[in-house]
Amino acid sequence: MAGFLIKRFLQAIFVVIVVTLIVAFAIRLTGDPALMLTQGAGSVTEEDLVRIREGLGLNQPFLTQYLQFIKGLFTLDFGRSFLGGTQVSTLIAAALPATLLLAFSSLIVSIAISIPLGIKAATSRGKWPDQLIRILSLIGLSFPNFWLALMLVLLFAINLKWLPPSGMSGFSSFIMPAVTMGIILTATNVRLVRTAMLETLNSQYIMVARAKGLSENVVLYKHALRNCAIPLITYFGLQFGGLLGGIVVVERVFNWPGLGTLAFDAVGARDYPVLLAVITVLSLLIIGVNLLVDIAYGLVDPRIRTE
Amino acid sequence: MSAAATTPRFARFRNLEFLIGALLAGGMCLAVIFSGVLFPGGAEKIDLMARLLPPFTKWAHPFGTDPLGRDVLARVITGGKISLQVGFISVAGAVVIGVVMGLISGYYRGFWDMIVMRFADVQLAMPFILLAITFIAIAGGGLTNMIILLIVSQWVQYARLVRGSVLSLRDREFILSARAIGVKDYRILFQHLLPNLIGPVIVLMTLNVATNILLESSLTFLGLGVDPLIPSWGGMLADGRTYLQNAWWVSVFPGLAILLTVLGLNLLGDWLRDSLDPTGRTSR
Repeated sequence: MAGFLIKRFLQAIFVVIVVTLIVAFAIRLTGDPALMLTQGAGSVTEEDLVRIREGLGLNQPFLTQYLQFIKGLFTLDFGRSFLGGTQVSTLIAAALPATLLLAFSSLIVSIAISIPLGIKAATSRGKWPDQLIRILSLIGLSFPNFWLALMLVLLFAINLKWLPPSGMSGFSSFIMPAVTMGIILTATNVRLVRTAMLETLNSQYIMVARAKGLSENVVLYKHALRNCAIPLITYFGLQFGGLLGGIVVVERVFNWPGLGTLAFDAVGARDYPVLLAVITVLSLLIIGVNLLVDIAYGLVDPRIRTE
Repeated sequence: MSAAATTPRFARFRNLEFLIGALLAGGMCLAVIFSGVLFPGGAEKIDLMARLLPPFTKWAHPFGTDPLGRDVLARVITGGKISLQVGFISVAGAVVIGVVMGLISGYYRGFWDMIVMRFADVQLAMPFILLAITFIAIAGGGLTNMIILLIVSQWVQYARLVRGSVLSLRDREFILSARAIGVKDYRILFQHLLPNLIGPVIVLMTLNVATNILLESSLTFLGLGVDPLIPSWGGMLADGRTYLQNAWWVSVFPGLAILLTVLGLNLLGDWLRDSLDPTGRTSR
């Protein structure tokens, strides 16, 4: 088990290094931040530029800068924003909870819809409810998430005036963003629940539970659902990357004060320290969740460890 | 397999699915290809006398007009060009690289195998949108950059799929005997292995065109994709968002076009998967 843990951990570190190297190197390619910073500042002398480069540590070789960046990661110091000089970590700390809250509520919406529907599809396999759920899931898979968000705004904020069109302020502002991502996630999750349930329903302990005369709901939701919890948690965990990617886009439609909005504003303003930090934090989150899921799965199912 | 999965009614339902998928995806492709003939006026004709005309009121503008008085229907059909181009070209590029890398890594293992698997790890940790934001912030948007980006981020899927099939096929008798009689390696890869694993690749391609159309339109919607002056579904939606309050049709129709095209491709992919793999008749 220790060997498995170490191997998975080393793989995760490798991925972190590759992702941050790519991003840091790519940003380095864009040109001289000192020139970008002083754009439109009027009279800028060569000495000023040199001073700015020294102040930002830009006169050092790329590798030294990269090592600085990695060292900063451990102390949560991402440097200062090009815009206004705020600590990047302050900006991240303000935006991260908004994104995580949205991710969490989307997941809850999706689980609340996909588990009953997936179980219904599994128990009526091949019959019309199963077909209907399959077609609905295909339609869900075909929705552009940002357009679904726009259509919800059109219906619930503009026409019916039930919900606020944008921003994060109280429970009602969570409904539309969470439902948008929840529906998109549900399209895949329903199929996963159905597959996992079909496998479980064929096992002997389900037959025993039915033979005991337990009600069908107890059999399905207590005995069967618990036994497919492990594969389901794994699938949901592996989707985390896709979920964050979707949220980044949907945040834009709802002006959600999260990491996605922060990243797009940084792109627009060429504020590269912020952009680098956002991408690093999001990748670290995804890598961390994947690692946890792997380890949890390895703990429960010994076969995975030897793979 | 349950008996229900093979009843004639089920089969007929499946065929209906194929028909609808082919109609949606094929119809949209044809309309886009012949958009020049269908709309001789083009997507750019400005009619300032007919600005923000609601849909279904005039024959000349069945889907209404946008804030500049341009015909929404003509723009939706013409705008499909960008999405379909990006979808098909990027998938073609990713398939070529992915299949070759998958064949090599699965057959020879070793170094190339490690490369493919580590790429897969990195790809899992970096959602496409994040990669796209970084890359486009630096290299700029545009059609070519977007296609390159999609190819770079998606060939790994095909490599993994092909690698898996090669691993299960490489020790089978027909490959061993081909090797024993001295067939050249590249012929084993492309003539003996490839035809035996191409089915799932075609399914993945169909679904992948659908995904890439979604990704392209979201990037363009976010202002990171093609030039906003070129009509495209994502671009029209970004424009329409400003007028959502008083002109819903400007944002509804381009989105519907994406939804229906992608749905058509997904239906086709689903149907293909079931026809190529009769044991998986339950879309597991």
